[in-house]
Parts: sequence; structure tokens; C-alpha cells
Amino acid sequence: MVAEKLLSVEGLSVHYITEGGTARVLDHVGFSIRHGEIMGLVGESGCGKTSLARAILGVLPGNAEVVSGKILFKGSDLLRLAPSEAEESIRGRAISFVPQDPFTSFSPLFSIGEQIRTLMRWKSPDRKPGEKVYGSGRRKRDRERVMAMLQAVQLPDPEGLLKKYPHEVSGGQRQRLMIAMALLPEPRLVIADEPTTALDVTIQAQILKLLKRLITETGASVLFTTHDLGAAWEICDRITVMYAGQEAETAPVQSFFDRPAHPYTKKLLDSLPTENSPLIGIPGRVPSLLNPPAGCRFHPRCTSSTEICHHKQPDVTEMGYEHAVRCHHPIMGGGQ
Amino acid sequence: MRILVLALRRIAWMPPTLLGLIAIVFTISRIIPADPARVIAGENASPAQVEALRQKFGLDLPLMQQFMRYLRDIVNGDLGISLYSQRPVVEDLLGRLAATFELAIAAMCLAIMIGVPLGVVSALHRNRWLDQVIRLATMAGLAMAAFWLAILLQLFFSMTLGVTPVQGRIDGWGPDQITGFYTIDALINGDGETFGKALRYLILPTATLAIPAAATIVRFTRAGVLNALSSNFVFYQTAMGLPRRTIIWKYILRSAFIGTLTQIGLVFGNLLAGAVVIETVFSWPGLGLFAYNSILQSDYNAIMAFTLFTGSVFIVVNLLIDIAQTLLDPRTR
Repeated sequence: MVAEKLLSVEGLSVHYITEGGTARVLDHVGFSIRHGEIMGLVGESGCGKTSLARAILGVLPGNAEVVSGKILFKGSDLLRLAPSEAEESIRGRAISFVPQDPFTSFSPLFSIGEQIRTLMRWKSPDRKPGEKVYGSGRRKRDRERVMAMLQAVQLPDPEGLLKKYPHEVSGGQRQRLMIAMALLPEPRLVIADEPTTALDVTIQAQILKLLKRLITETGASVLFTTHDLGAAWEICDRITVMYAGQEAETAPVQSFFDRPAHPYTKKLLDSLPTENSPLIGIPGRVPSLLNPPAGCRFHPRCTSSTEICHHKQPDVTEMGYEHAVRCHHPIMGGGQ
Repeated sequence: MRILVLALRRIAWMPPTLLGLIAIVFTISRIIPADPARVIAGENASPAQVEALRQKFGLDLPLMQQFMRYLRDIVNGDLGISLYSQRPVVEDLLGRLAATFELAIAAMCLAIMIGVPLGVVSALHRNRWLDQVIRLATMAGLAMAAFWLAILLQLFFSMTLGVTPVQGRIDGWGPDQITGFYTIDALINGDGETFGKALRYLILPTATLAIPAAATIVRFTRAGVLNALSSNFVFYQTAMGLPRRTIIWKYILRSAFIGTLTQIGLVFGNLLAGAVVIETVFSWPGLGLFAYNSILQSDYNAIMAFTLFTGSVFIVVNLLIDIAQTLLDPRTR
């Protein structure tokens, strides 16, 4: 029984107006996240995964323009929501955020406790919509919540930690704090944008395990963007690969690694280093989003491209159970 | 506790800094072409009289010895006798201190009250018309010559509208001296009438000093706010849906103000220097006017004392700012 969709993005196109022209950062993207699942969004830098995350949160940069599409969250379109409503009840409440860089995502000038208190003042699950005062009763309950959450993310000495300033704690601890802050509002969806990229490799695995465990406990869904396929394999239920502003392939994690259908996915997996093989890259470069190639965006780098790939954009093809690919010549029944 | 150690460490740096300042003032006084002995002796003195004075003041001694003497005198609070008033320079200086400080502090407060909000507004409206207007006004504020602005204000507010006095600090007797700040003393005495009077005299010179100072503060506040707006923590707070007002007035303003604070120390130095011109135009009986008259009268000791004094004030103000900055920025603790 397939769980219901929590979030579904339909035909989303976003352009960035730059001095060099219009960059088509997202081009008719469609994908979805179900209740309680961890969806991995993988791709190279500049493929649009961060823009997609920002579009869902409603915090695209100032030069961005949503050209078309819908972002349906629990049935209503986030793109049609009043900005004040999105700030009040979506961001940091229904949908929360774990940033890429835990070093700079705290203000250096306020203690950690102060910053968590500000968050709880506005985003505590206890807060009634529109409530401005922060009464002592709620403050007390929120404090207990914070203490329990700091325990849950396995931070030592929570009392002492709250008095510290961000520069006084390690990167791993800061990212644990970020996860705690993302979960404190009891969100339905957590958007984690490369949450382990800025951390030491030894810390990465710990953080991933922690994230997975806590999410499973709370029943929230996660959108996890990464360029690290290993990390995606570690924690995701399903994976979507993005290439040049479009989703190339979506599959449950097992079929994704066992039976990749898109030539790009195949090449990505082949480029993972293994014990006895030399490092393999993908020849060519990520296309410019200012002037993307006609037809399939991957065709200049694709070894199985034919005439049709040069001029016609491929449609999304269903490849079987929950497996969809945007390719004219998907790899059938591939296995390794 | 750590703050205290840090403050003490900064304070420990003061004596060497002051020594450097004294050395500079001393050197300048000895390399300018005017011969102090001749100036003191007057135009009609005979060479023998000049020579006698030279010996009396130790001006014939080796330079190093003169410097040591000068240093010793300063430590004893002796900055020499004013040629003009024939009184110890220190007394003359102290008598005028309050007038200048009242002016400089009033101007500083006004500049901060105008400069910080305008800087924030300017940054938040970046490249829109309001920002352009504020930036244009800032440029004008920095470019206008102080004496010209002073005369302009006098013409308009004193001559045309007649709402402020042209010059001076008060008419009649000032309030009983407590702090030496007429406005504050009047308030302490509960004398509303004198307070109003003192305030009317204070307004124009304060405004003239405050305008370029405010312009500097606007520029640095704007830059600081823009910098903070593009920082990761503001993005994080926005993505977590914190109210815009909280982000701006709590987090952005605090980070922007740290940069502005450094400027405020430098601006205060400019205010003291600017006071020379402003006090002359407004006949404000402070240190600036004192320095101006001393220069006209070649009052040697007075000029050196003024330079030394304002230099020291500048050093102390910047020391205080350093300490304030440490209090505001936990990373420097």
C-alpha cells in the first residue's frame, strides 16, 4: 500500500534573471514526497536541487521568477499562499529546514540558548496562530521541550550548551543543534539541504544516522538534497536524480542502485569509486542553464543518444513499480 | 572577568600610545620655524634678552633633555603658562572643556539618532528611490564645508526665521555650574527657562557638527546592514519563518552596529577637530575657539596643550569603543 502524498511538485519552472540572460534553473520539474518517507534529491552542483528546496520553502532569491507550476502541500498550492501566511504557518512550522553550513547559520552575536528561544517564541508547536506574547507558562513548557530535544540529538550538557556562543561548539554539535531546531516545531516535512557537506567525514555518518532515527520516530517526511550517493543510499527511501534543472529519474532506493534506467544515473553510479576499478568521470560538462541544449538536456554527454534526442525533449516514462525516467532510450532491466 | 582582563590589557596600551603622541607634539613644536624664545620675548627684545629667555625655558639644552623635561612637566600637570592670559594653560583648557564636550556629545547623539535609522532604511530599500535619496543626502552631507553650512544655517534660522541666536553659548549668566553642561545644569536646577535658552544656543552648532558625522554613520550602517542581509544566518532565519521584524531589529541591527561603532570613535575625533571651525563661526567658548585664538596669537604652550589634550581624548574615546565592542561581540572575548 503506497502512502499518500504529502507534497507534490507539478510542472514547476523557475527562471533566474541574471546579467547574462535568463537562466532556466528549474524546467517543468515534477516529483513528490509521501508521508513519512525520506526522499533524496541528488545531482551535481548547479543541477537545481537547492533551488527546488528553496522554492518549496518560498525563499527563492530576489531575481527568481516562478514561471509555471504548482507546489501542492497537503492539497493546497504553496505558490498561491499569502507571504504572511507562509511565514506564519509554513516555514519553520509545517516545513522546517536544516541548512548546509552549520557554522554560519547561527548569528555569532547571540548565545545558542537565545537563538533557540527566539525560534520557540514564534515556532513552538504550543503557539497559537498569530500569538505575539510569550507567556511564562508556554516559556516553561518550551524549555522542557528544548531540553528533551537536546537529549534526543545526543548533545552533552544541554544546560551549559545553551549558555555558549556558536563559535564555542564544534561543527558536529552545531549540526546536531540545527537538527534539533528543525524538529522542535514538530514539522511534517524537513528540508535538509546538503546537511553533511560541511562536516568531517567521520561526523557525517553519525549525523545521517541521527537524522534517520529521529525522523522515523516523529513520522515526518524529509527532502534530503546531496551530491553524495553514498549518503543517499544510507538513509533514503526513494531517490530523484536531477540534471540541468529537470528530474531525470525517480526510483525506490533499491531499484535506483540495482536497475538504473537513465544513462546519466548509470554513469553517476559508475563514477562511484570501488575497490578495484579506476576512477571514472562523466565526459563533457554540465550544460549552461542560460542556453540549455535542445532536445534531451543530457544528450551531448550521452553515449546512447540518437537523432531524436537532439531535438525532442523526452517525456517521463514509467519503468515499473514507482520507477519513472525522463529518457528516449531508457536502459531496460539493467542490473550490475 | 575575562572582559576585565581584556579591558586592563587595552588600558595598558595607553601609556605607550600617549608617549608617542607627546613625542609627535614635541617634535612638531621644535621643528616649526618660529623660535619660541623670540615669540615670548616680543618683537622689540634685544638678542641678549632672547638668549636669557632661551636659558630660562631650557631651550638651549640638548633636544633629548628638553623632551625629558617636557615629559616631567606633563606628568606634574604643568603645560606651561599661556602667553596671552599669563595663566597656566591647564586652567584655561579645563575652563573651556565643558563647552566643547557639551557640543561634541550633543552632536554625536544627534548623529547616531539620525544616522543609524537612515542607514538601516537605506539598506532595506537598496537601489530603490528612498535609498537613492538618502545616499544623495549623505554625499551632500559629507561634501559640504562645515563653515559654509554653519553660515547657511545662521542665515536661515537666525536671520530669516529668527528662531535661534546667531552665536554665543548663553545670554546673561549661565546656570549654576555643576557639570559645566549648561543644558544639564539648568535641568538639575529645575530652571526650565535657562534650559530652553541654552538649548536654542546649542542647536545650530550641534546640527552643523552632526550633519557630516551622521552622513558617515549612515554609510557604515548601510554597508553593515547589507552585509548582514546577505549572511547565512539571515537566510536560515528567513527559511525558518522568523518574523522579518525580529530578524532585522534584533539580529541584523546588532551585527551592523558593531561596524558602525568603530566608526563612531573616529567620528568623535573628527568632531573635536571640526569644533575648531564651528566654535569660531558660532563664537562658542570652547576648546576649538581657544585653539583658534592661540594660533592667531602664536600662543605656543596653548597650542601644544590643545593638541596634546584632544589627542588624549581621541585615544580614550577609542579605548572605550574597543571595550564596548568586546562587550557586543562574543567572538572577541
